[in-house]
Amino acid sequence: MPDINMTEGAYNYAYLDEQTKRMIRRAILKAVAVPGYQVPFGGREMPLPYGWGTGGIQVTAAIIGRDDTLKVIDQGADDTTNAVSIRRFFAHVADVATTTRTEEATIIQTRHRVPETPLKDGQILVFQVPIPEPLRMLEPRETETRTLHALSEYGVMQVSLYESIARHGRIAKSYSYPVQVNGRYIMSPSPIPKFDNPKLDRSPALQLYGAGREKRIYAVPPYTPVKSLDFDDHPFEIERWTECCAFCGSTESFLDEMIVDDAGKRLFVCSDTDYCEGRR
Amino acid sequence: MSHPEKSCEDPTMPPALRVSGLSKSFVVHAHGDLALPVLHDVSLAVSPGECLALVGPSGAGKSTLLRSLYGNYRADAGSIRVRQDDAWTELVGAEPRTVLDVRHRTMGFVSQFLRVIPRVAAVDVVAEPLLRRGVEATEASHRAEFLLGMLGIPARLWALPPATFSGGEQQRINIARSLIVDYPILLLDEPTASLDAANRDGVVELICQRRDAGAAVVGIFHDTGVRDAVATRIHEVLPPASPAGAPPCVAKPS
Amino acid sequence: MSAATLPSPLLSARNITKRFGGRIACHNVNFDLWPGEVLGIVGESGSGKTTLLNCLAGRLTPDAGSVIYETASAGTVDIHRLSEARRRLLTRTEWGFVNQDAREGLRMGVSAGANIGERLMAVGARHYGEIRGSAADWLARVEIDADRLDDRPTTFSGGMRQRLQIARNLVSGPRLVFMDEPTGGLDVSVQARILDLLRGLVERLHLSAVLVTHDLGVARLLTHRLMVMQGGAVIEEGLTDQVLDDPQHAYTQMLVASILPV
Repeated sequence: MPDINMTEGAYNYAYLDEQTKRMIRRAILKAVAVPGYQVPFGGREMPLPYGWGTGGIQVTAAIIGRDDTLKVIDQGADDTTNAVSIRRFFAHVADVATTTRTEEATIIQTRHRVPETPLKDGQILVFQVPIPEPLRMLEPRETETRTLHALSEYGVMQVSLYESIARHGRIAKSYSYPVQVNGRYIMSPSPIPKFDNPKLDRSPALQLYGAGREKRIYAVPPYTPVKSLDFDDHPFEIERWTECCAFCGSTESFLDEMIVDDAGKRLFVCSDTDYCEGRR
Repeated sequence: MSHPEKSCEDPTMPPALRVSGLSKSFVVHAHGDLALPVLHDVSLAVSPGECLALVGPSGAGKSTLLRSLYGNYRADAGSIRVRQDDAWTELVGAEPRTVLDVRHRTMGFVSQFLRVIPRVAAVDVVAEPLLRRGVEATEASHRAEFLLGMLGIPARLWALPPATFSGGEQQRINIARSLIVDYPILLLDEPTASLDAANRDGVVELICQRRDAGAAVVGIFHDTGVRDAVATRIHEVLPPASPAGAPPCVAKPS
Repeated sequence: MSAATLPSPLLSARNITKRFGGRIACHNVNFDLWPGEVLGIVGESGSGKTTLLNCLAGRLTPDAGSVIYETASAGTVDIHRLSEARRRLLTRTEWGFVNQDAREGLRMGVSAGANIGERLMAVGARHYGEIRGSAADWLARVEIDADRLDDRPTTFSGGMRQRLQIARNLVSGPRLVFMDEPTGGLDVSVQARILDLLRGLVERLHLSAVLVTHDLGVARLLTHRLMVMQGGAVIEEGLTDQVLDDPQHAYTQMLVASILPV
């Protein structure tokens, strides 16, 4: 692996130029100051297309420094192609240490999961977000959703939950489950399973959310209340399994269901690879 | 009625309705703003317990006068005052809500034709004025049914909308609706016009009851028999071109 | 039809004027609406009646004049001087607006129950069973079958959609309802049923309403007072039965004479 070459013509530190990083940091500051509020930012061309984590990468690039230790997970796994690519990208352009161990990371960039291991004060969780607007499916107009957020008019969100109960007998939304942050803004926590929603509530870590295609950044500062929406008589519930992890025996983590042979034999395995390995 | 006399109001009872200087023309704009004068300087007063019959040739303006009293036609000049809450309420030039209030509490009108509210059962048509006054629904229905019975409407028709009823039946629904509330002032426009003799008597009875209970009644009665039975006084309405000069109020010879 | 003797009107329009470019849509309209009154605005196409209605309901900002509303518990407000947040809240709680095309006043993609329940949820109702119960209650009041509660309005007929729109508006107990040709475009028999429904609801709930229509029969049935508009101006006004039975203005006389006899 060639070392990073900082001579002229090579990449700036962490790939983005300093002005861009400054702009993104300003957006992040604003986002932290108004928890759950979507801040528009000037997203840049990244060396991978939309839908592959450009938002998360830009946020990470803006905050990362040589003293950081970076972990990247994709659906909980450190070893998928995308997680490996992004980790190697930052190893090259930011000259940082990388790890698969949650406790050792200072920055964790994630696609669609929150690590099982509880996070600590000082850690930053960077989420990759496809659609930042939680009301988008209910209200297609951007002008209208901005107004709804500004005026706290969230009836339409409650309507969609009512509709789910009317149609399925319960709130059927199982990922991207909407939450209310700090009693004010309604936010999409990115497509994490609703299983992970409780981990966001008053987490000691800083949560940053980056959407590259939509060019929005939002944040939840440490120890902020994050409440999943529900009805009084249909309270929020997380998923549960009757099985335990086939590798480590965990009954507390989010399990992936895998079909392992043509006869349809199933295995349930921890989605969080680091957590699973740590228990074996 | 050949010797018109001056004012013959009963001095012991203050009038319930007082009209003075009432004038009205119709202006038909489609025909070059043709003006048709109908009422000119009409004055009258009616006291509780009286029934004033409007008489005069066809087209003289009797119906126009009655409708003007109710606010259905707009007066050009003059004054129509009703006694309400121990005070006079002026209707000429009044705001719509004032007229609506008077119609709601004080003045009832039996028109010549039932304006059929479609699809509403006869008993509900009759009960509606009571419901509007806050009378409870079953009570209102019972009183409506009682009145319908008194007027000879068979029970099997009570739940049907009156649109398919005969003219006589519709007229009795009309009367019931207007008389279910004890209005202090009653305006009746040919109330028995489409009724047969038996039903006519029932209506006459009802009108006399109201009159004797203190209502001030003004009516147009085509049938002299009916008029003689209910009216206590006559008021002659003449077309504006009439040669009569003196006020046409005449006491009914008893 | 009880005309109250309250000291102040529910809604006051003062000198409402609205232009579109050089064209005057409505000009110097003044009136007071009292609690329990239904005011009809009639006129032909282009008379300005819909523009006026939209100015009154806060949907359009007039170029001149003001609309003053007496709120339930916060005194009088100038509708167009309110913050957008307050005005939107007002329209969702104390006011209703029934559009001619029910699709504009409904969420076509969610069930009837969700449509009716929305206003309740918008002001904080969080018990699914209770919201559903209220929605079912209102469905019955507008005479839609109870088993349609979970069906979407895309599966409803035009008349049913209109009744659903009415229920959606009335669930929050509004004091003032604006209606723009509420029975326009519907079959005659369907119109009739909806007129009956509106008549009944207005009476029973003591609603005040401003109703725009070109149909004098609808005006006769539903309204207490009438304003006749022509070319943006109010050319005649008064008690409905008086305006229709004894029209004074040439245009009103022409309108009344134009009604087709049945």
